[in-house]
Amino acid sequence: MKYDIILSGVGGQGILSIATVIGDAAVRAGLHLKQAEVHGMSQRGGEVESGLRLSDSAIWSDLLPSGSADMILSMEPMEALRYLPFLAKDGYIVTSTTPFRNIPEYPEEGIKAAYEALPNVTAIDIETLARDNAMPKSANMILLGAAARYISILTPDRLKESIANVFGRKGAQTVETNLRAFDIGYEG
Amino acid sequence: MKNRLLLGDEAVAIGALHAGLRGVYAYPGTPSTEITEYIQAMEAGTGRGVHCSWSSNEKTAMEAALGMSYAGHRSMVCMKHVGMNVAADAFVNSAMTGVNGGLVVVAADDPSMHSSQNEQDSRFYGKFAMIPMLEPSSQQEAYDMMKYAFDMSEKEKLPVLLRLTTRLAHSRAAVSVAEEYRDHTPLPVAKDSSSWVLLPANARRQNNRLTAVQDHLRELAESSPFSSSVISGHPDSPLGIIACGTGYNYVMENNVAEAGIPVLKITQYPLSGKKIRELAESCRSILVVEDGQPFIEEQAKAFLGAGYTVKGRLTGDLPRTGELNPDLVARALGREPEQFFCKPQAIVPRPPALCQGCGHRDVYIALNQVLASYPDSRVFADIGCYTLGALPPFCAIDSCVDMGASITMAKGAADAGVHPAVAVIGDSTFTHSGMTGLLDAVNDRSDITVVISDNLTTAMTGGQDSSGTGKFEAICIALGVEPEHVRVVVPVARNMDEITAVIREEIDYKGVSVIIPRRECMQTLARKARAAKKKV
Repeated sequence: MKYDIILSGVGGQGILSIATVIGDAAVRAGLHLKQAEVHGMSQRGGEVESGLRLSDSAIWSDLLPSGSADMILSMEPMEALRYLPFLAKDGYIVTSTTPFRNIPEYPEEGIKAAYEALPNVTAIDIETLARDNAMPKSANMILLGAAARYISILTPDRLKESIANVFGRKGAQTVETNLRAFDIGYEG
Repeated sequence: MKNRLLLGDEAVAIGALHAGLRGVYAYPGTPSTEITEYIQAMEAGTGRGVHCSWSSNEKTAMEAALGMSYAGHRSMVCMKHVGMNVAADAFVNSAMTGVNGGLVVVAADDPSMHSSQNEQDSRFYGKFAMIPMLEPSSQQEAYDMMKYAFDMSEKEKLPVLLRLTTRLAHSRAAVSVAEEYRDHTPLPVAKDSSSWVLLPANARRQNNRLTAVQDHLRELAESSPFSSSVISGHPDSPLGIIACGTGYNYVMENNVAEAGIPVLKITQYPLSGKKIRELAESCRSILVVEDGQPFIEEQAKAFLGAGYTVKGRLTGDLPRTGELNPDLVARALGREPEQFFCKPQAIVPRPPALCQGCGHRDVYIALNQVLASYPDSRVFADIGCYTLGALPPFCAIDSCVDMGASITMAKGAADAGVHPAVAVIGDSTFTHSGMTGLLDAVNDRSDITVVISDNLTTAMTGGQDSSGTGKFEAICIALGVEPEHVRVVVPVARNMDEITAVIREEIDYKGVSVIIPRRECMQTLARKARAAKKKV
């Protein structure tokens, strides 16, 4: 069994934290993992993407082949669509609905139309949920919670263990908030 | 042994530490930076006395590592591919002197130029210097190769080059690593001056020694424990594959073993013709899959002669430029990759930009305001975050070529009559390669205005210490810039009148002037604030 994920967003939105949690969970579950990250200049407010490949057998390529992603998990709606050529036929998109407007003309209408034509989309207003639940820095964990419903290769408990592990050095309060965020996303 | 989730860069770092590393010397550069950062983090935790502070540039790093090797200890130099150009003088000559303690040079190439200005392939440097070279294809190999590299360097008395690419450097996988550090007993300090003093008579002897061992180095590459694993295919297969580095992974991703296609994996150089000829005998044509320039492809053609078909980047079976991926390799194998959804037309690019609140922004706002009244002005910029001043809304710079070229290109242009000729360079880039150019300009009294945009860090690579912090006025004055023409300003909006006035005055001054807008990087400032909050 394998599960390939494309994580996308805008530099600084916290996609690497999501990747770190999933990566930690995969290793704890004894799975093979390859995670291609983006460092350097592109992190400065530009488009960022990280490929996560999980499998119970050996994985060769760090990069995903086209048409193979079981999920596109995105902190930003336009950024999810940028990687559509990688999505598998029955793959899922789990995305934040909040546009990140740091470009001159954000193509609002074109994006709306593109989403209407796609079969498996879970779009969540994670920014509002995070604000309403007084957890402004945990929007990314709400998104991970929503994605956990589909990430068949890992159990939600395994992911929660890894949230505790990854955020542990930031203190018990941070862990508790992020676990709560995960539950909000998971329970939808 | 235990499993750790590591970047390729981190696997190199921990591999070197476990091989008895005594010091790493490096200048930050994507995608190599995390090697040294990892060693710094380990050193902060263990205090084992491994040298790991940043060097001013790749050449000073290479020379310091050679000095450590001279002293009998194991040392490593890390850099991005273009850093090899800066280190080249020391690098090539270290093959002439040879080494004492093991010396490994790590060059991280950046195919597709994710964060670089060219796509040069460091393997040509290894061939040029005639030294052994290793190319891992996985994080595990990167770890395992470090001990092998240090042992080989000490045994062969030559530096060893390890080549990475962005995809391996910045991709994570589980790596089985040793539980503990292994101390390495250093060798006695070198004393044979006949090999270390490269006077022509000595250098000729050393050159003969180096050329004489080439066959031996080729044999080592042939028998490398990592290399040359021919996967046997169908006899008389129409196609065979030679692959290396990340290219090997893309080949294997395409299930070639199941398809009966024989594969020769290259992990060590100088390239041996023996295994390539053996492969050629078992198939009717060969496809070379390598990230970077057609390094193996050209040599394979030479080994096999004009009558044998070698395919790759030169024949168009793979693209001539850019990073490879599983889809490109699938197409080269005659398979069309599956694609179910297209990228919607509406999607627009989202280029990187200077951070909100960044001091470089204020510098460009001020420069644009002043230079609007000088239509013939040119701004020669340099390598760093501030290169983003080329993009809207600033469109403020006219050139960016290599580390330090801002000052020297402004000087050359000013010598030819361009006015105003303005150089924009960051603090770390200035101490990397700007100081000598400034001395040239002072000696010629060239009419240039140099802006050292000082954010107190090496920002673009993630905020490493900058060699010149706290020393810039002193350096400029010591190089001969007149003290009254070394001006410091604080780049914030409320100072705009003062900043533009200073720029005008210094442009109107006929000679070398230096303006230093100084304000801390927003990223390092935020990081310090977070760290302070955590302490409370």
